[in-house]
Amino acid sequence: MLALRVIPCLDVDEGRVVKGVRFENLRVAGDPVELARRYYEQGADEIAFLDVGASWKSRRILLDVLRAVAREVFVPLTAGGGLRTVGDVRDLLRAGADRASIGTAAVERPALIGEASRAFGAQAVVLSVDARRNGASWTVMSHGGRTPVARDAVAWAVEGERLGAGEILLNAIDRDGTGLGYDLELLRRVVRAVRVPVIASGGAGTPGDMARAALVGGADAVLVASLLHFGRETVGGIKSELRRKGVCVR
Amino acid sequence: MIGVVDYGAGNLGSVRNALDRAGLPSRPVATPEDLPGLSGLILPGVGSFGPAAAALDASGMTEGLRAWALSGRPLLGICLGLQLLFERSEEGEAGRPGLGLFAGRVVRLDGPRAVHIGWNRVRVVGPGPLAPPDEEPDWFYFVHGYVVRPDEEAIVAAVADYGCVFAAVVGRRNVWGVQFHPEKSGPAGLAVLRAWGASCSR
Repeated sequence: MLALRVIPCLDVDEGRVVKGVRFENLRVAGDPVELARRYYEQGADEIAFLDVGASWKSRRILLDVLRAVAREVFVPLTAGGGLRTVGDVRDLLRAGADRASIGTAAVERPALIGEASRAFGAQAVVLSVDARRNGASWTVMSHGGRTPVARDAVAWAVEGERLGAGEILLNAIDRDGTGLGYDLELLRRVVRAVRVPVIASGGAGTPGDMARAALVGGADAVLVASLLHFGRETVGGIKSELRRKGVCVR
Repeated sequence: MIGVVDYGAGNLGSVRNALDRAGLPSRPVATPEDLPGLSGLILPGVGSFGPAAAALDASGMTEGLRAWALSGRPLLGICLGLQLLFERSEEGEAGRPGLGLFAGRVVRLDGPRAVHIGWNRVRVVGPGPLAPPDEEPDWFYFVHGYVVRPDEEAIVAAVADYGCVFAAVVGRRNVWGVQFHPEKSGPAGLAVLRAWGASCSR
């Protein structure tokens, strides 16, 4: 029986953790190395870093952050944000990441998924799908949620798995930073459509939302950001609550 | 000083970071010439069996590792490194042999998903570098699509369950292997490395 993975997600911009609502109105939440250490000590099962700075300088700083974190945090590390080439993925893995999350570049050039998967193994490649609800379906968004892409989010997840992604990071943009709960309908559709693990992201407002993502949505892992950064919850507190609700956690 | 075998594909950095934290100084080992002066050897692993076995052959480390183990010195295989201790694998290039330190083979994991990724409980069934069996089973982090199938049940020290029960720790005397990643398993993983490290200095 696998435990539901609780994954704190750090959006990093030039060395600072930031968090907004639906990718806008960013607030500074702290130092990434410091926060990663704190969440590790609280029992995080994995830690995700997303470079939202999208500049050369911001990427360099992210690599330094990963090197520092890898020396004192002994759980898997996922990192991404603006990765365009196999070389970019290699840099992250060498700096200490175990997995690279690829979003916009995969939309623009799907072959990148296969190239990275062949070079480092499927377990090292996470396809990040930013999805925006559009009536009864979901549209893939690129460039940090700003640009709609003519692709259905569920179909894109399936395609990503076929191309070699070992995991799907599914972000419901409409819910990001809102605390309204994960988009369970989107989650269920994707979980049913793929055989690789699915990480639910966007909208965690309470541990109950995470329990529903696991028990109703079928998520293998949940990403959580605002709820932790702004001090309302600890990883340990979330896990006790999940356990009480019948979710298997470490 | 612990040696960590570098065959190009491994997660050398993560293992060395964890050894540091466990208080065990380490250095990379690329060829048999790097072996003198070491008290223990770790064969890490991320990747697939065929290319890894080929890389060990090319660097002379297949023979180096065999000689090391047969002379009674401590060896720990991690994940793919555990699988490489066995005779052969179903994965990739059919027929390329492993180190053959244990009799048996590596087969596809028959679980609910093709790859077992995540934290799972490990149940101790015999003596080894893990917590004593009277304690609550600990959680460890796994990423693998294949499992070892030893010919001899007696070398299995701990098991995990992912749709099927499989060997999570195997070993005998100086040669051990773990299917999980102790370097990514938080405090429980560091404790395994520490316990193994202590056995190296004895």
